[in-house]
Amino acid sequence: MSAHEVPTPITRVPFFTKGTMIVAAIAGLGILAYIYRLIYGIGAATNLDDQYPWGIWIAIDVASGVALAAGGFTTAALADIFHKERYHVIVRPALLTAMLGYTFVVIGLLADLGRYYNVWHPMLPSMWQGNSVLFEVGMCVMVYLTVLYIEFLPIVAERFGGRVSLPGPLRVFNKLIDSWLTICHKFLGRFISLFIIAGVVLSCLHQSSLGTLMVIAPTKMHALWYSPISPLMFLMSAIAVGFPMVIFESLIASRSFKLKPETKILSSIATYTPVLLGAYLAVKIGDITLREVWPLVFDGSYESIMFNIEILLGVVAPIVLLSQRKIRNSVAGLFTSASLVIFGVAFNRINVFLTAYTPLYPGKPYFPSIFEIMVTVGLICALVLVYRFIVLNLPVIAVPPSERGTDKATISTVKTA
Amino acid sequence: MSFTRRDLFKMAAVGAAASVGGNLQASDDAYPIDCSQTYGVLVDTVVCIGCRKCEWACNNEHKLSTTDLKTFEDKSVFQQHRRPVDNAYTVVNEFKNPETAKPYTIKVQCMHCNQPACASACIVGALKKNRLGSVDYDAWKCIGCRYCMVACPFQVPAYEYNEALKPRVMKCTFCLDRLEEGRKPACVGICPNEALTFGTREQLIDLAKERIKAKPELYFNHVYGEKEVGGTSWMYLASTDFINTELPKLTNDPIPHTTETIQHGIFKSFVPPLALYGLLGLIMHSLRENKEDKESDDERS
Repeated sequence: MSAHEVPTPITRVPFFTKGTMIVAAIAGLGILAYIYRLIYGIGAATNLDDQYPWGIWIAIDVASGVALAAGGFTTAALADIFHKERYHVIVRPALLTAMLGYTFVVIGLLADLGRYYNVWHPMLPSMWQGNSVLFEVGMCVMVYLTVLYIEFLPIVAERFGGRVSLPGPLRVFNKLIDSWLTICHKFLGRFISLFIIAGVVLSCLHQSSLGTLMVIAPTKMHALWYSPISPLMFLMSAIAVGFPMVIFESLIASRSFKLKPETKILSSIATYTPVLLGAYLAVKIGDITLREVWPLVFDGSYESIMFNIEILLGVVAPIVLLSQRKIRNSVAGLFTSASLVIFGVAFNRINVFLTAYTPLYPGKPYFPSIFEIMVTVGLICALVLVYRFIVLNLPVIAVPPSERGTDKATISTVKTA
Repeated sequence: MSFTRRDLFKMAAVGAAASVGGNLQASDDAYPIDCSQTYGVLVDTVVCIGCRKCEWACNNEHKLSTTDLKTFEDKSVFQQHRRPVDNAYTVVNEFKNPETAKPYTIKVQCMHCNQPACASACIVGALKKNRLGSVDYDAWKCIGCRYCMVACPFQVPAYEYNEALKPRVMKCTFCLDRLEEGRKPACVGICPNEALTFGTREQLIDLAKERIKAKPELYFNHVYGEKEVGGTSWMYLASTDFINTELPKLTNDPIPHTTETIQHGIFKSFVPPLALYGLLGLIMHSLRENKEDKESDDERS
């Protein structure tokens, strides 16, 4: 990392602005909808039925959420495992996104579980079910979330280590927490690489397994998305969306916090995207060809239109855009292309879990209820707020000295593993 | 016919007694279990008269509703296609045989697959195939993810969506309690017309083939469920090709086969994940040695 850009809490920006107020209001509505679901049940809050047991809470909150949190492990792999040191400035924002992303995946999942209070059951050896794809996904997500929190601990320790000062009666814990943070910091400083590699392995496992989930329903899945190599395509698209997600967030953060966008670093990681996305597209084309479903791509059905939007807008367009140096070097070009990739991958997950899913018997088609939409949108807004709160208070985003605030908290030493 | 209902009943009692003493629980390790001796039911839609008494008996047995038997004589429900729901584990539908233009009635419920997709999907093993043949549900384990409903190739499991706190997956239990006592399922017990026959799978397949052989003009020559998705405990005879019935067209491959192959391939004794871990560790270590050079490169660039 270059010496002049050091992760720092962003202190000169207030938490509440007009924009955050609106986001907070939407998040508040989401919380109300969430409470409504807890009190009155899934039947009252959603449009799910026996034909459509899964809706947007699974397709967006869980499946898309996990995919879009992939920036965490792809960035860690690039900077820490492949030692591309100049990318260290984006490791922390990506880690934070992953940590919050997965946390909200779990919160979203809990809304969808009929017996959410049993969510810990898969941990009991007596209930282990090694044949279940969902079991694998669940266990990996649980362990990975723990790893993410562990990876994040040094950032907390860096900010508060040696200066824990809780107010009022909580003061008695100051020493205890402080020494605990110091120990964590020391211990993790030495062993953090073990966790970083574990994070990458766990991610590869469950990102792919998410793609295996719907393979168990061959007779209900539309042939455009039903593929035995779906897990491979899920993994490849997750890897491809990791950097665009980092770019997307970094540009929004610099706009929101009035920082100079990291265009150089961002356009540099954007060079990977056409390659990663191109590989994904090649596998996708191979899959369509080998399974001989090209006619379905052009049959003009609702599914074929959704498929074409997904591939042309979400995969082909960003490949074309990001292959051009001029577009990679412009903030607008980067932002547009990154948004398209994110849209493409999220749209793919929605297509796999909703569009492709066709119940055996004709019935009422599924469209999310107002409560489902409120919870989904509300959770995204809540995530944005927590993200903002954390980067304002913890050293996550790298800020050049000239743009740093004058708060004492900003004077921190940086340790990179 | 080589055996009577009474014989079947006796066999059921013996079988149940044996299993109660033994290995009802052991279904997990022996999966897939030998299903020739598990129990099943043959549904003969040629013989079925659509009296819907089975619906009543089921509701009554499982306390799903207290509706009087008389109300089930109402045939107007046949105007709509019904599916099993959370307060009806089984329903009878009426369709027209496209070849003869005559109506026939068909009872639908959980098929109790030999290699159930729901049980393979279930994250906590709340659904299990046991040695009596029933695919049994344990609500206490269930987390309510409804992946079983996604997985079921017959789209049978229903959900208590209107239950806010303790919703359950609802489906035919094959009257497991009764099987354990050596009794037939409630629907089979009430059927007035031998449209439902209880027995071991082996016996039922023989019986089905005998019936087809005896009256080939009445039956389509196929026992649905003998081989579909690796075989089911409940099997069907019909007067018409099964593509004309509401039973889905399925291959003989057990549904969980593909996902379990992928899953067990990725996790073969944890070798692939550990190998990936080792490989990444190696990369991390070997590239670290060049770190200093790289960093100076970065500075220059």
